[in-house]
Amino acid sequence: MNGIIEFRAVAKHYGDTRVFDNLNLDIRQGVTTALVGQSGCGKSTLLELINGLQRPDAGTVNIFGQPVPALKLAEFRQRIGYAVQGTGLFPHMRVSKNISLLGELDGWSGEAITSRTRELMALMALDESLEHRYPHELSGGQQQRVGICRAMFLRPEILLLDEPFSGVDPLTRRDIHKRFLTLLEAEIATVVLVTHDMEEATRLGEELIVIDTGKIVCQGQADQIRPDSEYLARLFGRGESS
Amino acid sequence: MSRLLVISILWLTIPAALAAQTRPVVIGSKTFTESYLLAEMMAQLLESRRIPVERQTGLGGTLVAFQALLSGEIDAYAEYSGTISHVILNMDGDSTEEELAAALAPLGVDLLPRLGFNNTYALTVTRETAAQYALGSISDLTDHPELRFGLSHEFRNRPDGWPGLKQAYNLPQDSLGIEHGLAYRALLESEIDVTDAYSTDGDLLRYDLVVLEDNLEFFPSYLAVLVARADLDTGAKAALSLLADRLDDATMRSLNAEVVVEERTFAEVAGAFLLGQGLITSVQAETQSLWPTLGRNTLVHLKLTGIAVLLACIAGLGLALTVYRSPSLSAAVLYVAGLLQTIPSIALLALLIPIAGVGQVPAIIALFLYSLLPIARNAITALLTIDPLLRRVAVALGLTEIQQLRHVYVPLALPHVLTGVRIAVVVSIGTATLAAFIGAGGLGEPIVTGLALNDTGLILQGAIPAALLAVCAELFFEGLERWLIPRHLLSAKISG
Repeated sequence: MNGIIEFRAVAKHYGDTRVFDNLNLDIRQGVTTALVGQSGCGKSTLLELINGLQRPDAGTVNIFGQPVPALKLAEFRQRIGYAVQGTGLFPHMRVSKNISLLGELDGWSGEAITSRTRELMALMALDESLEHRYPHELSGGQQQRVGICRAMFLRPEILLLDEPFSGVDPLTRRDIHKRFLTLLEAEIATVVLVTHDMEEATRLGEELIVIDTGKIVCQGQADQIRPDSEYLARLFGRGESS
Repeated sequence: MSRLLVISILWLTIPAALAAQTRPVVIGSKTFTESYLLAEMMAQLLESRRIPVERQTGLGGTLVAFQALLSGEIDAYAEYSGTISHVILNMDGDSTEEELAAALAPLGVDLLPRLGFNNTYALTVTRETAAQYALGSISDLTDHPELRFGLSHEFRNRPDGWPGLKQAYNLPQDSLGIEHGLAYRALLESEIDVTDAYSTDGDLLRYDLVVLEDNLEFFPSYLAVLVARADLDTGAKAALSLLADRLDDATMRSLNAEVVVEERTFAEVAGAFLLGQGLITSVQAETQSLWPTLGRNTLVHLKLTGIAVLLACIAGLGLALTVYRSPSLSAAVLYVAGLLQTIPSIALLALLIPIAGVGQVPAIIALFLYSLLPIARNAITALLTIDPLLRRVAVALGLTEIQQLRHVYVPLALPHVLTGVRIAVVVSIGTATLAAFIGAGGLGEPIVTGLALNDTGLILQGAIPAALLAVCAELFFEGLERWLIPRHLLSAKISG
């Protein structure tokens, strides 16, 4: 069965540094896949190859059954949600505007925008009173949840998450994880989550792909992955200590 | 963002409204008392005949004034025959009025009948010195080599000044260079014995000085004449020609003295003279009233600054958006703009005369060039310092290039950009006062006139409103920032 995301013999390098060589990968539709690996292993680059922020030097990346387009990229990217470490919320926009910007640009009616914004905020347990605040007036955890709402606004078919839950304390993190899983029950999407935290990967991911220096070490259902190598043990160790 | 649109529209309409005025006869002058006084006479003469007049006085020098006449910035001003032949037309020797008129005609300039007096160079001494050494003419100086000459810089260097004079009269003395404004004081305090003067200078009467006769007729004649554009309305020309032969040397000198000694205004002295000559029937008091003049100068000042900064905004922001992705291009733009900034304003204005003439156009060009650096620099800096994460997110979310610009780049750059515009406006308000030297008008006009008359009050009539304008601009931009920019971005800008 072909995946919604397919990497075929993909190579990518920055100058002399090879990130990937002959990478093959299938990600299944409607499933949450966690890409786990230490920082610098190439997992963020992999994510950016999916939405066309990066281009492969060789091979092809097929999304929705087609290679990543060269034209009308904006239109293509609107079908792919994106949330990132540090949130990247626009500091000059209030919370509601941050969440609904894509809907406004897409020509949604005011009513549709309001109801979609409230729906997402409720799913992520963000109080309505936060709507009129600016990002800097929110806690770190609230900012991350707003970032998820923004990424989900247009009901994207794919959601890309690049370490979006790092940098908050473990309790808050667990709470956000719980909220995110509730959201995924309501909104069906293919999720690709990049993380260095094995605990997070196993809690949120149905499928795990473990990457080490540009190579896939192992791939499988989350509950079947065992720390049977030194690299995996180290990843599990980090997850437990956090 | 619709607020920005409102502001742009307002900004565009103000200069347009200012420009839409019917054109009156524009009378010019240079920056010395006699020239101002003659301009005022011309203006009042026209006004008494219901011809609308605009005064464009205080043009910084012969070439500026004549260029203004050629380009149509002014329609008429008072000039001197010797200056026309030697400085403007580069002709040798004394020329007749017919010769001058024939030479000016191809330029589109009419020579109106002469006024009657000759404002030439002269040598002058105090009454005591004249009595002590029995001095009546320049030839008498040859017997007294101990006399100390303090001469103005220009006179010492003109062929029709000291070098020619010394040779013609075989004068044994050497001379010292001295600023003309200080020469009379030096003379009165016996620091020097002889200095040069204009023969109709009001100060000659003020300090009771003796003018030595040019018995060898060395100095060329500088007969006062009016020059006007050939296309000036014949009715206006006829009215101006009424001044023909009304002013002899003594009359002109005493009128000048009334201004500098008795501190009467140009309008009062000119009006009283015209009334006495029966050329007008009543003096119009309102011509010199403070508030309308102030209002007009302020409007012109705002127009110069507004148009220049608006154009600099368009060019500067456009440039910034074009080059900011390339560090080397950005550096090149900032380098050139910085270079323009280092040219002294007066020099830049002078350099622009051959290209853009005089008046408001070169003034606006100069102000535009000065405004370009702060606007472009701040815009480029603002665009370069936008958080790379935000840029990446904007792309990844699927915003088109135009949407990125409109919703991310412009609003995030706005605090810095507004600061740049604010600096440009305040600097332009200050620099625009210098534009009066090339006939652009504005609040520099009373300052230039005040400098010519050594009249502090008049200088303040330009300096105070200009300062107030700068303060108002600061407050306006402060309000604008509060209106357009969320407070937390504003404070981030100030601390960062």
